[in-house]
Amino acid sequence: MDMNDRLTIAGREFKSRLWVGTGKYKDFIETKKAIDASGADVVTVAVRRVNITDRSKENLLEYLDPKKYVILPNTAGCYTVEDAVRYARLARAAGVSDLVKLEVLGDDKTLFPDTAGLIEAAKILIKEGFIVLPYTNDDPVVAKKLVDIGCPAVMPLAAPIGSGLGIRNPYNLKIIMEQVKVPVIVDAGVGTASDAALAMEYGADAVLMNTAIAGAQDPIAMAEAMKYAVHAGRLAYKAGRIPRKLYATASSPIEGML
Amino acid sequence: MFEPIQIQVNGQPRACRAGATVGELLRELEITSERVAVELNLEILDRKEFDHRGIRDGDRLEILSFIGGGRPSREAIGVTSVLAERAR
Repeated sequence: MDMNDRLTIAGREFKSRLWVGTGKYKDFIETKKAIDASGADVVTVAVRRVNITDRSKENLLEYLDPKKYVILPNTAGCYTVEDAVRYARLARAAGVSDLVKLEVLGDDKTLFPDTAGLIEAAKILIKEGFIVLPYTNDDPVVAKKLVDIGCPAVMPLAAPIGSGLGIRNPYNLKIIMEQVKVPVIVDAGVGTASDAALAMEYGADAVLMNTAIAGAQDPIAMAEAMKYAVHAGRLAYKAGRIPRKLYATASSPIEGML
Repeated sequence: MFEPIQIQVNGQPRACRAGATVGELLRELEITSERVAVELNLEILDRKEFDHRGIRDGDRLEILSFIGGGRPSREAIGVTSVLAERAR
C-alpha cells in the first residue's frame, strides 16, 4: 500500500479509505473482528442513553482503543436541526473530539437527508467549532453549499441507508467529486465489494459503510473483501482506466503473422 | 438527615438524596466511564461541573454514552424531542 497516499481532512491524516459503522453486529467481539479485518481506522458510533438499570452491559468503547481508531460520533436517528445539534453537543461533551458525522434525516422510509436542515445544523455546529462531516444526498448543489459554509468533507450517499443497492446515480457523484475541492466520502447504500471498488474508481476519497459488512452472511470475510475493494478501486483510479470504445483493438501485433 | 427528593434519570423516576451532586449520582449508578455526557434539565454539563452541581427536586437528567451505530435504529433512540416525534 502506498503510505504517502493518505487522506487528509481538516489537517487530520487518515490511514484507511474505508470507514465503518459499528451497528447491527451480533456482539462486540464480532464488531471488533470485522473492524480489524476491514483495516478501517475510522469507526462511527451513535450517542444513546446509558443503561442505568443493567450496568453489566458492556460498553463498545472498551473494545475499541481510541489510540488505534478515530471515533466518529454520528447524529443518526435525528430528524430535526434541534435534535442533531443536541446530539452533536452531547457527543462532544462525552469527550471524544470535535468531529461529528452530521445526519439530519428527512424521511422515515428512505432515510434520505433533509438537506435544508442539514445545512442549517452544519452552520450552527461549525460556528461552535465542530468539524462537521455531513451525510448528504447525491446533489452537487447541496454538496457545494456544505463546502461553502465550512464542511471540510462531504459524505454523499450511494443509495438509501442499508439498501445495498450500490451507486444509483454515478453521474451525480462524479459531478460532486469534480466540483468540490474537499474529500468526498461515499456513505451508505453499498451492497458488496464491487460497489465500493466502483465508488473509489470514480474518484471517491473514501467509502463509509455499515450494513454491507454487518449484514453479510460472514461479516468478517466481507470486511476483508471491502478492504481489498477500496484499495483496488483507489489504485485503479490513480492508474487511470482506458477509454471505453465500441470496437475491438487487437492486443497482439499483426506483424509476423503467417 | 436529608429528605429524599424525586428526580428523573433517563426518563425513569428515581429517589435521590437531597444535596447530592451529579458526580455522586453517577457513582451511585456505577457509571465510571470517562465517556459519558450529562444533560441536566436540557443543559449539557461540563465534566468539571459533575462534582459541584447539586441535584434538586424535580430535576431531569439524561446520561448518555456511545453505542454501536452507523445506521439509525429507532428502538435505540434514547432522547427524542417533541419536535422529532412530530416529524415522524
